Amino acid sequence: MSTASQQTKPLLELKGLEKRFDLDKGFLETVKLRGGRLTRERRSVHAVNNVSLNVDRGEALCIVGESGCGKSTVARLVAGLLSPTGGEIHYDGDRIDDRSRAAMMPLRKKMQMIFQNPYASLNPRMTIQQALEEPVRHHNPQMNRGEVRDKVAEVMRSVGVDPSWSSRYPHEFSGGQRQRIAIARALTVDPEFIIADEPISALDVSIQAQVLNLMLEAKDERGLTYFFITHDLSVVEHFGTRVAVLYLGTLCELADTRTLFENPKHPYTKALLSAVPKLKDEGPSHIRLQGEIPTPINLPQGCPFQTRCAFANARCRESRPRPLLQTDGSTVACHAVEEGRLDG
Amino acid sequence: MSLLSVRDLTVKFAMRDNTVTALNQISFDLAKGERLGIVGESGAGKSITGFSLMNLLSRPGYIDSGQILFGGQDITQLSEAEMRKIRGNRMAMIFQDPMVTLNPVLTIGQQMVETLRAHRSLSKAEAEQIAILKLREVYIPSPEERLNQYPHELSGGMRQRIIIAMALLLDPELIIADEPTTALDVTIQADIMELLLELCQSNKVGLILITHDLGVVSQMTERTLVMYAGRLIEAGPTREIINDPQHPYTQGLINALPQQTLPGQRLKQIPGNMPSLTAIPTGCPFSPRCEYAVDHCRKILPEIVRYGQVEVACHEVSRLQNTNFEEASA
Repeated sequence: MSTASQQTKPLLELKGLEKRFDLDKGFLETVKLRGGRLTRERRSVHAVNNVSLNVDRGEALCIVGESGCGKSTVARLVAGLLSPTGGEIHYDGDRIDDRSRAAMMPLRKKMQMIFQNPYASLNPRMTIQQALEEPVRHHNPQMNRGEVRDKVAEVMRSVGVDPSWSSRYPHEFSGGQRQRIAIARALTVDPEFIIADEPISALDVSIQAQVLNLMLEAKDERGLTYFFITHDLSVVEHFGTRVAVLYLGTLCELADTRTLFENPKHPYTKALLSAVPKLKDEGPSHIRLQGEIPTPINLPQGCPFQTRCAFANARCRESRPRPLLQTDGSTVACHAVEEGRLDG
Repeated sequence: MSLLSVRDLTVKFAMRDNTVTALNQISFDLAKGERLGIVGESGAGKSITGFSLMNLLSRPGYIDSGQILFGGQDITQLSEAEMRKIRGNRMAMIFQDPMVTLNPVLTIGQQMVETLRAHRSLSKAEAEQIAILKLREVYIPSPEERLNQYPHELSGGMRQRIIIAMALLLDPELIIADEPTTALDVTIQADIMELLLELCQSNKVGLILITHDLGVVSQMTERTLVMYAGRLIEAGPTREIINDPQHPYTQGLINALPQQTLPGQRLKQIPGNMPSLTAIPTGCPFSPRCEYAVDHCRKILPEIVRYGQVEVACHEVSRLQNTNFEEASA
């Protein structure tokens, strides 16, 4: 919790968020033969486990982690595209995870999502004009045609796409331009909260810079709050105000961006930061982790990171560490950090 | 003598209405055991370069002109049968997606033994022993059991290790790695890169590493080539290129990285997009996006010129260098 959240109400609050996906579809798949007897067994993917965090207004909270850590699932839960198995999501003080589709509608105008792949997120059979007009019409039925057109043209200009191209189809644009159009579509309804799931991962370096600049501009001009999902730590350092590190659906560390990069505490955060190849590096110099990420189907008991952690002991293998507030304001879930075992 | 010497390599693609030049007069050398990085954005021609070196271009692509001298022999002139003796044996390639490279219906052991026996006269048991040895070299735990497993039973990092083991199977002199870790997570990427570097150094294997990640190039290679729109625009020692890039595109590429700007500040972006190969601008291909471009740049293609240890294809750089030279001599 940052100091700001004590003064003002957070825009988004996740309380003990859980999401499990059942692997067995239907009754028959759950029936297994064990030791000569029929038993019922349910297997499920534990995608998100007891994640609690707040996002304040005007923040850019980054969620980082490797593939399979549940970062996209968290984004989809927040956007209401999936419903949680447990826990609560509060937006602007109101609980939203138990709302019906109709009750979610007014919120969708405030909350927009940008996806990773601009080749998949734009309908290939709709012109840019149609794709951009649709959300405006849907959320503002009182607007007349002229107003809708003006709104679309204004947003297109603000993302650097020439409004005279509006009758073209998505395939006529490059990846970077498509992502601008996807951002434009999110901005047409004047949202206050943007959920961006790896918005620049599919783009080239020089185009990444263009799109990141655009998102920073939109943040300043429109006072947007971002929930930014990425695996790229250099982008986090540049873009994020706070960072949440996920591992196997569990929150490892949550801290201000500067604190996290200057003084990472969780052994996984340290390994992750050291693994990023840097420009001035001469040869690899990373912390070697043992093994690879276990599957989220059968989560290890205790700390989810213990199978790869060099500091794991009996306690780590038995009980799951709780996120604890540190003196510098960061939150870390690690027995070794709690006991001060890492410093020795 | 260098292990590999590429001279004025031009690769074209015959399309229905026109012919597209994908690689335009690329020349470079690779010494024995040297590690070379090829960087550029999508569409620059990095992967086409890799495929051409393996002589793996398939229709409609073809080598239009130029030479690829591998150990003194021009491999562009070889028949498919002769090329097969070199490919996999003296040079090997590692691709981005290990799942596409491995045959899903054969076990790891079958694939490794098949490769070995295609090039060497070995019994099945002997080949298996070599396979186990190579799997151990890439730190695969319990390699004997892996031989009987299918690719889908292994994780992504493990599969890429096996690909590296297979590339090393016949002790090649050159490995071409095309974005070998792009599909992997950072912690796994770091392990794989360290392994690749270690193996290349200890076995004196030449490496051509094709990547878009300048950080990886910095860690792994001794020399770097920068490509843009099918042309080589800058080449030199990796340190020089990273610390003091000469070509405006290389400068732009490095400056666009988020770590080059203070957090929250506007990133230095390169305007525009890489041109499509069907519409390459006249003159310098980078001129429409270049902040230093003058009339000259839009009309005349700059030649690649050597300055000290670095070669650059840019009019503006040469002009700057000339004025410096005149001042020095005056």
